[in-house]
Amino acid sequence: MRTRTTWTPWLYLAPALVVLGGLLVYPIYQLGLISFFQYTQAQVSGGEPTTFKGFGNYAELFSDSQFWQVLLSTALFAGACVVSTLAVGCALAVLLTRVRALPRLVLMLAALGAWATPAVTGSTVWLLLFDPDFGPVNRILGLGDHSWTYGRLSAFFLVLLEVVWCSFPFVMVTVYAGIRAVPSEVLEAAALDGASQWRIWRSILTPMLRPILTVVTIQSVIWDFKVFTQIYVMTNGGGIAGQNLVLNVYAYQQAFASSKYSLGSAIGVVMLLMLLAVTLVYLRLLRRQGEEL
Amino acid sequence: MKLAPRFALLLATAAVVAGCAPQTSDNSSSDKDDQSGTLRVWLFQEVGNDPKAKVVDSVVTAFEKAHKGTKVDVEYIPIDTRAQRVKAAFNDPKSAPDVMEYGNTDTAGYVKDGGLLDVTKEFGAWSEAKDTDPTAKKSVTVDGKQYGSPFYVGVRALYYRTDVFKDLGLQPPKTMAELASTARKIHKAKSDLYGLVVGGAYTYGAMPFVWANGGELATAQGGSYTSGIDSAAAQKGIKAYTSLFTSDNCPAAKCAVMGGNDTITAFAAGKAGMAIGGDFSHSAVEAGKVKGKYAVVPLPGVASGSVAPAFAGGNNIGVLKSTSHRTLAVDLMEQLTSKATQASMFDAMGFLPTFTDVRDAAAAKVPFEKPFVETLAAGTKFVPASPGWSEIDSSLVLPTMLQEVISGKKSVAAASGDAAKKMNSAFSSAG
Repeated sequence: MRTRTTWTPWLYLAPALVVLGGLLVYPIYQLGLISFFQYTQAQVSGGEPTTFKGFGNYAELFSDSQFWQVLLSTALFAGACVVSTLAVGCALAVLLTRVRALPRLVLMLAALGAWATPAVTGSTVWLLLFDPDFGPVNRILGLGDHSWTYGRLSAFFLVLLEVVWCSFPFVMVTVYAGIRAVPSEVLEAAALDGASQWRIWRSILTPMLRPILTVVTIQSVIWDFKVFTQIYVMTNGGGIAGQNLVLNVYAYQQAFASSKYSLGSAIGVVMLLMLLAVTLVYLRLLRRQGEEL
Repeated sequence: MKLAPRFALLLATAAVVAGCAPQTSDNSSSDKDDQSGTLRVWLFQEVGNDPKAKVVDSVVTAFEKAHKGTKVDVEYIPIDTRAQRVKAAFNDPKSAPDVMEYGNTDTAGYVKDGGLLDVTKEFGAWSEAKDTDPTAKKSVTVDGKQYGSPFYVGVRALYYRTDVFKDLGLQPPKTMAELASTARKIHKAKSDLYGLVVGGAYTYGAMPFVWANGGELATAQGGSYTSGIDSAAAQKGIKAYTSLFTSDNCPAAKCAVMGGNDTITAFAAGKAGMAIGGDFSHSAVEAGKVKGKYAVVPLPGVASGSVAPAFAGGNNIGVLKSTSHRTLAVDLMEQLTSKATQASMFDAMGFLPTFTDVRDAAAAKVPFEKPFVETLAAGTKFVPASPGWSEIDSSLVLPTMLQEVISGKKSVAAASGDAAKKMNSAFSSAG
């Protein structure tokens, strides 16, 4: 009787697990496998035999000073993107609940437009807006032919604007839906007590929306850590002398453009472990506060 | 919980040790040498491909007539996605062509990948091959063996605006120093023009400066290469090139990111007094605002009247190792790159022939080609014939070096030293 109860759920879960296993575990297994070999184009096409390298690829990666530099700038850049995206997304979500139907519709449509724009198109348009020769932004601000992509920070800032622009709609729509689900009596009571908008957000909405905020934060962390297209397009593949490289572009340049698949896999595994660790730590912190996702 | 993925990795390692290595394809050379059947050919799809296809068609028709029972199937592959196509062909010999066109800087990499057939014997026995330009021959040679036949070459020279030069009473520069001073004069007189438009990511525009000063990318030492980019002579060249990125010629903030195409686009749009462009850039410039207002001279070297050595770009045609029609495929390769074909290809597409005699005849007919042929005659340079080169190229070692100097992040000595280190590690890991 006891064994049957423990096995029955697994039986029902089996089809889903098989699909998940095939789609998720197998590629990750291959990724891990390749990262332990010397596996370049020469090995794939049979020009040279495949050799086992153990942790050789990882050692090569960790001894590359540029990797650590890129890792640091990726973490800082992703952090800035996540914070800005959440701030803009949440602020506009609150705004959505406060305006009339028509402006709300307009804002929604504008946000959905930004969301639906492919990353390559969005990046190209932003680049054009800030173009030193033809861009309207310089003309409006009276900056002459100032180049936004020349300085390291200004180039990162420009990319940050684009990343925020194309990822805030997800946060906004999700949080807006969350706020709509909050019972209006609670908000009304707070307003009657004379709470300011900021106070309502901090003391009422944030705690009530915690599960939603958790999801959008984790999503944003994962997205922004993996940003590729925006950097690749807007800084011309990593900026002047590689000053704007982030981990994904670095992996592409170092590993896939040179067909060093094993090194690329090692970078992939490292990224996977880091994102997994960030997510787990974040979930652990939440659970310690007595919240369940 | 955090340990779980690591544990999975350990499991993966265990599985590896147990003997399941990642997949590889068996790309050993085929022993078959069929004398009839279908030959598959991959050529690059050019912008305006029809004239090329016409020349190829006539070669193919003659070939099919001469070899009873053979059919030639030509496919034009897009240049943008050629890298993936070629990789796929190497990975799956069944879907691979017998004969293909490839960029000459890819030769060493493709040989290492085990994709190209050694045709040293046939190339040596081919009567026309003796007239092949030595640099072109070098571009199909790895470790003393030939892996294909040169199809055409491309070189860069100095484009300049005849109207601007006339306005300012300037003469085309005779030395590299004059080039810089002329560029500054143009920008001073016409501040909306770059004097000489240069790009921080334009490796093949920068290399002539290094070569003209006596520097080398790398030198061969017993089968392997050692970088020479940090030698005193090379540093002089790097300094000469990077000193053009100043507000009195081509401001770093705009020019540091430019690649070769960007500089040509700027020149064609009438935004530059001079540019370093190839014979293959002709149509792009013709299509721009400066049509009829420019001329071309060889890029000057250090001494007056000398020519700065140019990079000999271009394409080759090779036979794939996996072919089951060895004799026929090699024969077709020779027909596609023969003197007659290259002469008609020049008429059709403007591709410069790789045979010196054919090239001279071609240049006599078309005055535009004269400075390019002079540049070729003055001696050209080629990238190191090492598979390490493709890694150096794709990991942007040289653009990074140039941009570090241009943006003032590093001195010439430091940047070239770092680049040399990266190049050496690429050469040694490529073997």
